[in-house]
Amino acid sequence: MRAINTVAVNVFRESVRDRVPYNLVIFAVLLMGASYLLGQLTAGQDVKIIKDLGLAAISLFGLFIALFIGIGLVSKEVERRSIYALLAKPVSRAQFIVGKYLGLVLTLAVNVSAMTIALYLVLSYQGWIESAEMKAAWEAPAADPALLKAVALIGIELMLVTAIALFFSTFSTPLLSAALTLGVYIAGRFNADLKNFDQIVDSQLTIWMARAAYHLLPDFSAFDVKTQVVHGLAVPGGYIAATAAYGALYIGALLIAATLIFSRRDFK
Amino acid sequence: MIGALTPPLAVGLAVAALSGAIAVQSARDNSYPREDSDRTRVLYVRSPAMMKRVTFGFQALAADVYWIRALQHYGGDRLQKQPHHAGRKYELLYPLLDIATSLDPYFSIAYRFGAIFLGEPYPGGAGRPDLAVALLRKGIAAAPTRWQYYHDIAFVYYWRVRDYKAAALWFQRAAEQPGAPNWLPSVAASMLTRTEDRATARFMWQQLLRSEQVWIRRTAERSLLQLQALEQIDRLQAAVAAAGPTPAGGYSWSAMVARGRVAGVPLDPAQTPYEIDPLTGRVRVSRQSPLFPMPDTSERPQ
Repeated sequence: MRAINTVAVNVFRESVRDRVPYNLVIFAVLLMGASYLLGQLTAGQDVKIIKDLGLAAISLFGLFIALFIGIGLVSKEVERRSIYALLAKPVSRAQFIVGKYLGLVLTLAVNVSAMTIALYLVLSYQGWIESAEMKAAWEAPAADPALLKAVALIGIELMLVTAIALFFSTFSTPLLSAALTLGVYIAGRFNADLKNFDQIVDSQLTIWMARAAYHLLPDFSAFDVKTQVVHGLAVPGGYIAATAAYGALYIGALLIAATLIFSRRDFK
Repeated sequence: MIGALTPPLAVGLAVAALSGAIAVQSARDNSYPREDSDRTRVLYVRSPAMMKRVTFGFQALAADVYWIRALQHYGGDRLQKQPHHAGRKYELLYPLLDIATSLDPYFSIAYRFGAIFLGEPYPGGAGRPDLAVALLRKGIAAAPTRWQYYHDIAFVYYWRVRDYKAAALWFQRAAEQPGAPNWLPSVAASMLTRTEDRATARFMWQQLLRSEQVWIRRTAERSLLQLQALEQIDRLQAAVAAAGPTPAGGYSWSAMVARGRVAGVPLDPAQTPYEIDPLTGRVRVSRQSPLFPMPDTSERPQ
């Protein structure tokens, strides 16, 4: 466990050294600029749009971090030959993989938390300056705690993207890993279409293959409840729990597969 | 040489170079003005289904962008006195609202305010009550128990199409939805017995004054002022008819004042002088008035 912690903390430190937290400054400026401009442009929908923008930015910035750092987690160590020094220490390959993964998850958690706090601050300010008659038209309060449901699912989605990037990173180059991770992410976003393939084709084999792809590809669209929470619609706790459990199991499968591939790699 | 630059000097030079570029750009734009307005009237992707695909995961944010574009498109065309795009006013309004509501099916204001934009007679709006109803029906498909959408459809039928039977039917449907106000059934009943009636119209606009949406309340306030203006015009028209033309054969407010028919040049409820046609004596709201165009204006796009 100590070895995993050490690897994880080092990944976190490295991401800070790589100036990853700079994205937080961009996020804060984006939100503050948007909150100032949107009031003039949106016919009273500024709070809704700040929520949409904030949640989309948390998701997008997190995706970039997960993707571009995740793809280099293992391959960078191999390219720099630092993997030899690392594996010579009392760190198993499984511990190395899990430590790398948890380090990036820690980076993402810190980033997502900071962005969420910034979003709530801007929304609280909007709620404070807005008149009572404008507030009466809102579908949900400005600093609505239900937004945390969307943030939680974004967090799990990013953990899943990180696991995919790490998985590809164990056996391919950073460029190829980026392409493959992005490909899986996009395919996973359209996953729901595969489920309904039987409505457009008759071939049983094609339907069966589409169904198999639906179950094998990560179902990213399931993590997206941004629209519902922004409009104050109910997102059942059971749905969140089931989606979180799905994410956890999928991540577990990917980490096991990544460990297996990495354990069999010969670095001579 | 570049290596010899100190950081403050380098920053100063970079800022000076950027300032120079901006100055050249401004001078060029002044000397060689470019026609950019057509660019804002282009809708590259018209298919809501396609737009849903290409915005994966960020559909609500894309819906916001299309909502802002719809507002700018409507506002820009409405404020344009002499339309540069004659006959093409508001032509992108429905596609923009259609995409916004497809990307975010719960975007209530886009359905409700969008229907007002679409239903209002030209040139104040697109003059397309059919599209206003289509947009609201789409809202009902997304939120079947939201009584406001049924009410708004009824309102379009009553106020824009003058189809009182259809209006009564939709008011009745609105009344059947959970949380609907208790005055809806009586309005539905009165629709079936009355024809065009300013008192009913005033009552319904007064109900909209209680809307939770401040923009809908503002539209209601303006419409109530228009109703007030219609009544004033009726009275002024009667006074003009009673006075008849001047001996020279024309009509003017100065002649009406001189003959003691009006105390001064009459002002509409928005405090803009009414206009009188010097040949026919027809009284109307000025084009400069915030109340123009009036609901009975029959100007259509060419």
